[in-house]
Amino acid sequence: MQKARIIVGLGSCGIASGGKKVYEQLQQGIVSRGLDLAIEETGCIGMCYNEVLVDVILPAGKTTYKQVIPEMADRILDEHIVEGRIISEWTITQEDEVCLDRQQRIVLRNCGKISPESIDEYMEQGGYRAIEKVIKGMSPEMVVDEITLSGLRGRGGAGFPTGVKWGFANKSIGDKKYFICNADEGDPGAFMDRSVLEGDPHSIIEGMLIGGYAIGANHGYIYVRAEYPLAIKRLKIAIEQARTHGFIGQGICGSDFSFELEIKEGAGAFVCGEETALIASIEGSRGMPRLRPPFPAISGLYGKPTNINNVETLANIPWIILNGADGYASFGTEKSKGTKVFALAGKIQRGGLVEVPMGMSLREVIFDIGGGIAGTGKHEFKAVQLGGPSGGCIPSSLLDTPVDYDSINQTGAIMGSGGMVVMDNTTCMVDIARFFLNFTQNESCGKCTFCRIGTRRMLEILERIVAGNGLEGDIELLEDLAQNIRRTSLCGLGQTAPNPVLTTLKYFKSEYESHIKQRRCPAKACKELISFAIIDERCKGCGLCIKVCPCGAITGEKKKLHVLDVDKCVRCGQCVAKCKLEAIIKVDRW
Amino acid sequence: MGCRCSDSFNRNRLSAILSEYQGKSGGLIPVLQKAQNVYGYLSEDVMLKIADGLEIKPSVVYGVATFYTQFRFSPVGEHIIRACHGTACHVSGAENITRVMTDKLGGLEPGGTTADMKFTLDKVACLGCCSLAPVVMIDNDVYGRLNEARVEEILALYR
Repeated sequence: MQKARIIVGLGSCGIASGGKKVYEQLQQGIVSRGLDLAIEETGCIGMCYNEVLVDVILPAGKTTYKQVIPEMADRILDEHIVEGRIISEWTITQEDEVCLDRQQRIVLRNCGKISPESIDEYMEQGGYRAIEKVIKGMSPEMVVDEITLSGLRGRGGAGFPTGVKWGFANKSIGDKKYFICNADEGDPGAFMDRSVLEGDPHSIIEGMLIGGYAIGANHGYIYVRAEYPLAIKRLKIAIEQARTHGFIGQGICGSDFSFELEIKEGAGAFVCGEETALIASIEGSRGMPRLRPPFPAISGLYGKPTNINNVETLANIPWIILNGADGYASFGTEKSKGTKVFALAGKIQRGGLVEVPMGMSLREVIFDIGGGIAGTGKHEFKAVQLGGPSGGCIPSSLLDTPVDYDSINQTGAIMGSGGMVVMDNTTCMVDIARFFLNFTQNESCGKCTFCRIGTRRMLEILERIVAGNGLEGDIELLEDLAQNIRRTSLCGLGQTAPNPVLTTLKYFKSEYESHIKQRRCPAKACKELISFAIIDERCKGCGLCIKVCPCGAITGEKKKLHVLDVDKCVRCGQCVAKCKLEAIIKVDRW
Repeated sequence: MGCRCSDSFNRNRLSAILSEYQGKSGGLIPVLQKAQNVYGYLSEDVMLKIADGLEIKPSVVYGVATFYTQFRFSPVGEHIIRACHGTACHVSGAENITRVMTDKLGGLEPGGTTADMKFTLDKVACLGCCSLAPVVMIDNDVYGRLNEARVEEILALYR
């Protein structure tokens, strides 16, 4: 029988929602009541919209409380722990549980379940048994074959078969080889790697050990972005624990296989997600991609054979070894095996992380699991942005597209790392294209002319369109630049940079045309194209808008109709957000 | 807070950092990161000393330092505010949050530091807390589900 315990979700999302205070309050309460109860922390289970999550595990079963604040701690302890009565109005609902039930958790198998700072808990879940199995009973080639058979494809975005990649590095000849984990998660809108690093760091280490064994590498690097301090902290703890238990260092599991592992903190450059740029960065240089071939498997870090895999890819590895290639390949579609983690964000009801078998439709992911559009039903679904700056916006007419590499590519978007940002009818698609071009233009390393200058020119065109100064012929110019940038860039960043523009042009061309021809933003999002107006019948003269207006544009006496001076108004929208009567609305400016 | 590199304690710390990486490959970025942790930013003087210590050209040090967004070349405030402008934050009103922040900090524009050296305000690409959008990170703490009204509330914790 398990000991009674309380587990608090302390991933970044839990902490940001006040998890640490909840933890402290519960801890104090346990001490002051003299309860025989352990309190532990865990990573993110993926229900970020319900954070802070607190699990109470008693012999009678597990109860999960949602949206816990410190003030709720005393009642949980008094009623649930002392008196044995579950506080049902605070627990997660059946709907929440259905969302979990529809998932297939392989990568996230331990996230939100175990303490990420305890190697013992990882090992209780079968942790480090895969590396033992590999070392004691499999040759490196057998490991490569097993991963190839599983059909696992790189989860960083490109979708290259992992086993084939390992095979290249395995056959490559060198006195020293390196195994790198790419944890430089840079796609805006994606956070699955952070959650795995924070919630289950040992699974990454074990995945790297198996990979190192398979290709014959004895030295590994985890390249983590510096924006993830909690992930770095937990990885450091995990590496030390693995070393103490003999999984890192010399003679692992009594064999002659040895492996050293270091963390490299990225210094902030999106292009370092590209493998040759990442290698340059570890070598201490500017992270600029170089021409391939030679591929890193032949000549990578310091000129030695090198293999690079993404965090999510590696988290799959121990599971595949323990459950077999067939077990993994039983999930998914013909060409996209296994599961994929998606980060649901934007205008969605239940934002967070979900892991589903490949082949599920976008509609099921967004509506059945994610709960559809956030809010009270006032807004409707417009598009989902998939694949970050390299991806594209998929409209509602394509919601039945299955999520697998090939089907998503056909829409013009890409699977990418799995960020899904949901947009409703208040999001302007031209502005989204501008937003991404601003990003890629900033992050272009500058090596290829079309990427360096072409993205800049595309951004300038998009900026003038959203400002209402678009010109006849701008759409054609954007298409022309897009094709050229795509064709003449060396790395994935440049080759895919035009995708957000091309997909929005493909599915939302009329929005571009309204901006250019009528100086109208259909979503009423572009500031230069809207103004604000007070609806006389709705205004009760409460004065809230006057208080919040930063530029004194609204005047009026208490309980009398307020007046908005459009010349003074800077169109910040704070009054709209503040007005409870919805008396202030956005209207077309021109 | 001016340049503190003449401070003997800090000068020794730079020497200690340099000696850890001398003769090792791939040391430049960790050295720059650690130096920035000590001084808050990378002054010309510090970069020259690093070039000297690692026996590489100052132009290489400067080239690498300016390539990455993490490095700063002017003094920073006591607290660094990173306003997230990732996709999810963008569609959830990040522009408004940052503008209110600017208002509350006496007109401080992103990239700048307040005159009292208390706050530096930066716009960043994505902090990876997308389900809590819009998000702001102050030092190492993340604040999510922000609205205009909560901006002053979180700033007050650091004032």
